Amino acid sequence: MSLIHKTAAELSALMAAGEVSAVEVTQAHLDRIAEVDGKLHAFLHVGDESALEQARAIDARRAAGEELGPLAGVPIAHKDVFTTVDMPTTAGSKILEGWRPPYDATVTGRLREAGLVILGKTNLDEFAMGSSTENSAYGVTRNPWDLGRIPGGSSGGSSAAVAGYTVPLSTGTDTGGSIRQPAAVTGIVGMKPTYGGSSRYGVIAFASSLDTPGPFARNVLDAALLHEAFSGHDPLDSTSIDAPVPGVVEAARHGDVAGLRVGVVKEFAGDGYQPGVLARFRDSVELLESLGAKVVEVSCPSFTTALPAYYLIAPSECSSNLARFDAMRYGLRVGDDGTRSAEEVMALTRAAGFGPEVKRRIMLGTYALSSGYYDAYYGQAQKVRTLIARDFEAAFHQVDVLISPTTPTTAFPIGERADDPMAMYLADLCTIPANLAGNAAISVPCGLADEDGLPVGLQIMAPVLGDDRCYRVGAAVERALENRWGGPLLSKAPAL
Amino acid sequence: MSAITRDEVAHLARLSRLALSDEELDHYATQLDVIIGAVARVAEVAAEDVPPSSHALPLTNVFRQDQARPGLTPEQALSGAPAVEDDRFRVPRILGEEA
Repeated sequence: MSLIHKTAAELSALMAAGEVSAVEVTQAHLDRIAEVDGKLHAFLHVGDESALEQARAIDARRAAGEELGPLAGVPIAHKDVFTTVDMPTTAGSKILEGWRPPYDATVTGRLREAGLVILGKTNLDEFAMGSSTENSAYGVTRNPWDLGRIPGGSSGGSSAAVAGYTVPLSTGTDTGGSIRQPAAVTGIVGMKPTYGGSSRYGVIAFASSLDTPGPFARNVLDAALLHEAFSGHDPLDSTSIDAPVPGVVEAARHGDVAGLRVGVVKEFAGDGYQPGVLARFRDSVELLESLGAKVVEVSCPSFTTALPAYYLIAPSECSSNLARFDAMRYGLRVGDDGTRSAEEVMALTRAAGFGPEVKRRIMLGTYALSSGYYDAYYGQAQKVRTLIARDFEAAFHQVDVLISPTTPTTAFPIGERADDPMAMYLADLCTIPANLAGNAAISVPCGLADEDGLPVGLQIMAPVLGDDRCYRVGAAVERALENRWGGPLLSKAPAL
Repeated sequence: MSAITRDEVAHLARLSRLALSDEELDHYATQLDVIIGAVARVAEVAAEDVPPSSHALPLTNVFRQDQARPGLTPEQALSGAPAVEDDRFRVPRILGEEA
């Protein structure tokens, strides 16, 4: 099997045994990027030279007898919303075109400390706002399963990069589903850790009470290894949780659901769900039962208002966060001809630098926060947030994990929802509750929809700081399904 | 009845510091009307006695020791600036003509 088809854990073992060097592994993946990324457009920036330099440094340290971490020398793609001193950081926006941050995000620093080789930065919906990566100012990313379809979003470059075998691992951020939904529609694993479990320092902010960095990988164990490598307390993030990282790697190695109480969220089915998605979800329920789990139906009535609450809370926070793009200290400046005021330059720059979805959300947030509307919109949305947290709390008295489809449909065609914001927002229907309540949640592949042959994701939600449960259940499901399929789901994807 | 008028959208654009064209205002007015109509559903559910949550997790303010630590150099801080003069960000005039 070629190097690009190996998992991160397999590559790590080969490098530790001296059977292959980090330089060879890096070069194989750079070659793959050169071969297929013209079709996928997963990357906004590829740093060939810096990647090979990092790989050479790893090989030298290993040759010198240094004890290296479990992911040393493994290639990774980094969502272009994390700051990186040695690569441009754009957040998919024209307003940051060519920007070189003066500091690394905490997650970036931890990838470097773990010896991961950062090959490049991946495409995303502008400022992580979207579910298709069509909102990027730098062009759409394509789904490796069908180049006419979206790879999910906002972390669509990261999902396409992993599903297209250009890297075994990538990073994402999940504000309303931006890791789990792209993972689901590309047939890979994506995890949203507990809010505060991974640092937001150096992540260009979208909605600060929701933004959560997390891993993508082609299997559950690799996702856990990456999760462990970059998570944990960060004094530079005031909402970072000062507690040990849950035992995610151990859980991923010992997938088991015997005796586990699993709740099916009753509200996440019915109108708007694709039949093939519901069929694969029902199969997953039967599989869990056959593996010894006790599956019951659980009602979380407030989950039906999670979507409207999210589309008030996230835009409100974004309208405040994106005020920093003022054309004064970094990024684009338009119309500064010596006659215009700072305020005029600011308005011209923001009109030229932000795309339509970002403008929509800034205005929506400004509306929801404005006097006269605050109580009816933002205030009410915050109450819904309380109700959703209560629903989770009640559910986790009855069951250990909750499950649902990750997303109501498989990957939709590029362009289909591009000018219909409400249709686009429905892609996040099932993923948003875990963001509003801060819970851990993972998406693992659970099969292909009969009607279109495209991947379906199973979402597993666990309590706050119960991240290990997501991996324990995910690993058990993955092992059983791969036995049934004779290999990973992704091996059924057409060759690029 | 529409949830939001075109004039209100123009006002929001001004507050948001977005210099939008007339066509853009028309377009966003239609879209925001649909979105606001859909999200207004939050008003139906949460009762008076439900406390609002601004955050997912209980948080307390975090203080660090008031100790000097290295920060960005002027060169680093100014490295992405659109215009620089004498180690400072150069900005357009911030006061009106009459000031």
